[in-house]
Amino acid sequence: MSALLQITGVSKRFTRHPNLAERMLHAVGGPDATQTVHALTDVTLEVARGEVLGIVGESGCGKSTLGRIVSGIYMPSAGSITLDGKPVARDRGGAAEKLTTQVQMIHQDPFASLNPRIKVGQTISEGPHHHRVVPRAQVDTMVRDLLGRVGLEPSYAGRLPHQFSGGQRQRIAIARALAMNPDLLVLDEAVASLDVSIQAQVLNLFLELRRELGLTALFISHDLGVVRHVSDRVAIMYLGRVVELAPAERIYNDPQHPYTRALFESIPVLGTGRREFHPIKGEIPSPLNPPPGCAFHPRCPHAGPRCRVEVPALSPAAPGHGVACHLNTGGVELAA
Amino acid sequence: MSAAIEVAGLTTQFETRAGIVTAVNDVSFSVGRGRILGLVGESGSGKSVTGFSILGLVDPPGRVSGGQVLVAGTDLRGLTPEAMRKMRGKAVSMVFQDPMMTLNPVLRVGDQMARAVRAHDRVSTRAAWDRARAALEVVGIPAAAERLHAYPHQLSGGMRQRVAIAIAILHQPAVLIADEPTTALDVSIQGQILAEVRRLADDTGTAIVWITHDLAVVSSLADDICVMYAGRIVERGPAEAVIARPLHPYTRGLMDSVPARHEPGKPLPQIPGSTPSLLNLPSGCPFRNRCPRASDLCTTDPPEVGTATHSARCHHPLGDA
Amino acid sequence: MAVAETTRRQRLSEFWSDFAQSRVAVVALAVILVLLFLAFACEWVAPQDPYDLRNLDWLDAFLPPGTVGSGGYVHVLGTDNVGRDMLSAVLYGLRTSFIIGLSAGALALTAGIAVGLTAAYFGGRLEAVLMRVVDLQLSMPAILMALVLVALLGSGVGQIVLALVVAQYAYFARTTHGAATVERRKDYIEAARSTPLPTYRVLFRHLLPNVMPPLIVVATVQVAAAIALEATLSFLGVGLPLTEPSLGSLISNGFRYIHTDRTWLSLYPGFALMITVVAINLVGDQVRTVLDPRQGL
Repeated sequence: MSALLQITGVSKRFTRHPNLAERMLHAVGGPDATQTVHALTDVTLEVARGEVLGIVGESGCGKSTLGRIVSGIYMPSAGSITLDGKPVARDRGGAAEKLTTQVQMIHQDPFASLNPRIKVGQTISEGPHHHRVVPRAQVDTMVRDLLGRVGLEPSYAGRLPHQFSGGQRQRIAIARALAMNPDLLVLDEAVASLDVSIQAQVLNLFLELRRELGLTALFISHDLGVVRHVSDRVAIMYLGRVVELAPAERIYNDPQHPYTRALFESIPVLGTGRREFHPIKGEIPSPLNPPPGCAFHPRCPHAGPRCRVEVPALSPAAPGHGVACHLNTGGVELAA
Repeated sequence: MSAAIEVAGLTTQFETRAGIVTAVNDVSFSVGRGRILGLVGESGSGKSVTGFSILGLVDPPGRVSGGQVLVAGTDLRGLTPEAMRKMRGKAVSMVFQDPMMTLNPVLRVGDQMARAVRAHDRVSTRAAWDRARAALEVVGIPAAAERLHAYPHQLSGGMRQRVAIAIAILHQPAVLIADEPTTALDVSIQGQILAEVRRLADDTGTAIVWITHDLAVVSSLADDICVMYAGRIVERGPAEAVIARPLHPYTRGLMDSVPARHEPGKPLPQIPGSTPSLLNLPSGCPFRNRCPRASDLCTTDPPEVGTATHSARCHHPLGDA
Repeated sequence: MAVAETTRRQRLSEFWSDFAQSRVAVVALAVILVLLFLAFACEWVAPQDPYDLRNLDWLDAFLPPGTVGSGGYVHVLGTDNVGRDMLSAVLYGLRTSFIIGLSAGALALTAGIAVGLTAAYFGGRLEAVLMRVVDLQLSMPAILMALVLVALLGSGVGQIVLALVVAQYAYFARTTHGAATVERRKDYIEAARSTPLPTYRVLFRHLLPNVMPPLIVVATVQVAAAIALEATLSFLGVGLPLTEPSLGSLISNGFRYIHTDRTWLSLYPGFALMITVVAINLVGDQVRTVLDPRQGL
């Protein structure tokens, strides 16, 4: 199985430099105001052609940052991202310059991701027109085909975004991404802001497109139910690291990492009868100042001395099932 | 046992450029002491406006145009603005999706909680701080005494929402209205807050109206559920009954749309179309254009069917065919 | 494309009905339109061409308003010290004022957009340098900047416009920068960048149209300010000479006689200036209210 997308050892730090006043304060003995957010730390993942990899995590886990690095919007601080062996972006004066049209992104909020002043037909055709994805004479036909494909009237091409509902806008955003004929789609919380009934429609569209076009995708979401429904494999992230990675069915039926298990127990399930809640204790630590060792140890019921000092590596618990937990690699006690 | 809050025929309208929009249309429900009512609906269903209408917080061009809101025998709708202000925060209080709607960013948590205490009760500052600390402990905030000295921005989103809930329960209100209070929070934090809220209702007897779009949340939290669609309550009943045997096709459709209930990768049963604009609702049942069971009959107003406890407004309810 | 056309028309008519909520603004807009028409039709409307010195007759000097002069027509607003018909002078002056105000406004808008967009989009050191220069300029009175520049450049319409642009672009740059900093964080910009579309397309097709609304408001106010600034310069004697009358130089000329009973020499151009500037500002205020209801309160 050769990987289409290869994410190797990717880390991303965002540094906020102190302003002039803070620098002056620091010079006379004040605190150093430089703040560094450790958004991603040493993430290695691969996605095979035709596969959908789900990325799940709570806020601050770095899943959106990962999506933006794969989409060529940010440069990683370390590590590399390649598509078919070629880098997706290069560094240009500190900013990312995207090199490929083969990765396209779908954002969370369809009210923010479409330019309010541009007709949707032009929004869809702009990329293919500029990059000559199809001969220019055929761009209009392609736009009409795509609108039909995502379940909208082809005649809607002349309308502005404010004339559409949230679900329809998300369909337009999908059409815009598909227009570039991408090898890889990055969906960042693409159904999170939609109503449940509309969410089901968009998920069905995604499944249908996947079947017809053989899409490869990175499906980023906080919603475990949604991710399970569309993904082949799932990566669970916590505070910038992948803590568990396994085929979707496996991770749902046999979660190994204490965080994954706790996460599953926290989800309210549609069912009858009062249930006891078993929430995870404590809060998600700030990525400004992640705990040493395993980032989950302050909230983990199984944490031991080793967890406070040593970062657990993602290691196989079963074939194709990686877990980053000391419980799986020799226990939580410090080696004598 | 009489209800802590009884809402009858509540109607709220907005005057817009394109005409009058009835955002809340003849909504009635009651919540008993210590019980939690889940008010469920999608965007545009009128669930949030219902909450605002109860507290008289609808701003022009909106107007509560009819109905009663009875709390402890008083009709809130008949109160003067001054009297209403005295009720808010004392007899009835509200928690919003964004806790910063409640919290003042430039005041320490303890200061604003003490102010909230002294707004209704004449007690010493010291006693007010003590009550504030007690309220923080009720909502499960660890090291409550220390948190009182923190500013809102020093707290996480989940912690802020707990503080907002603590402020709302300072005066042990008879009724707490919570508008999507956990929607913006992470699932692990949401779980913690749901547990505290359930305990709050059980321990203090506060009646809670929990407004949300998430059926799964209310199915495990609420005693009763009202499902709203296009400004109306289309189904009501005990949570278990509504989830186990929904009567209204819309409720069924909402439940079926949740991916976790289906085999991965298979198409989800979906409700076709989108929520109708409240400006030009179809005649009769507002759901009929999206409904798999609709017939010609549905162009007339649907009747209330079912039992006294579990009912729906539908010509063709499920389960009786 | 019938759909898009109706929506544009709808939006325009919505804009107009919001705008028309203020009677004062509608009247002000009507006044501006009338003044614009009179100013740009002055060659046909005005009884005299004040640029043509051959038309001036010393015998007509200081005729009070309403007098019939040697030309055989009524000098509605009187004549000045060299027998110039004041109505004609005011109309021609108004034209000069509009030309200067509008072109300075347009050029300052362009320059301000260029600086503000560049700073907001590229950020970093470039942003810091550009915006510090802008801040520095905003901390100085525009009239002072303009005076110094006219003193360096010399007088004439072109020089004055240039001076006004340099003095005023900073307001546009600051506004553009503020709006663009907000817009550039939005997802549609990120979507355009990650397509990827070239930078110029992202800037001019996606970012710029979405920062225009606040700029339109600033532009109306700045056109009024430019007209007033030009009048001030001319009044102080560093602007346009009396042979190319502008409202400022007319007021200045009449000011010499303000202590006599020949007050009309200053008064009427002064009125014209005041009405123009106030009307533009009233329209600008209402546009601001319509585009951003929060600021209108």
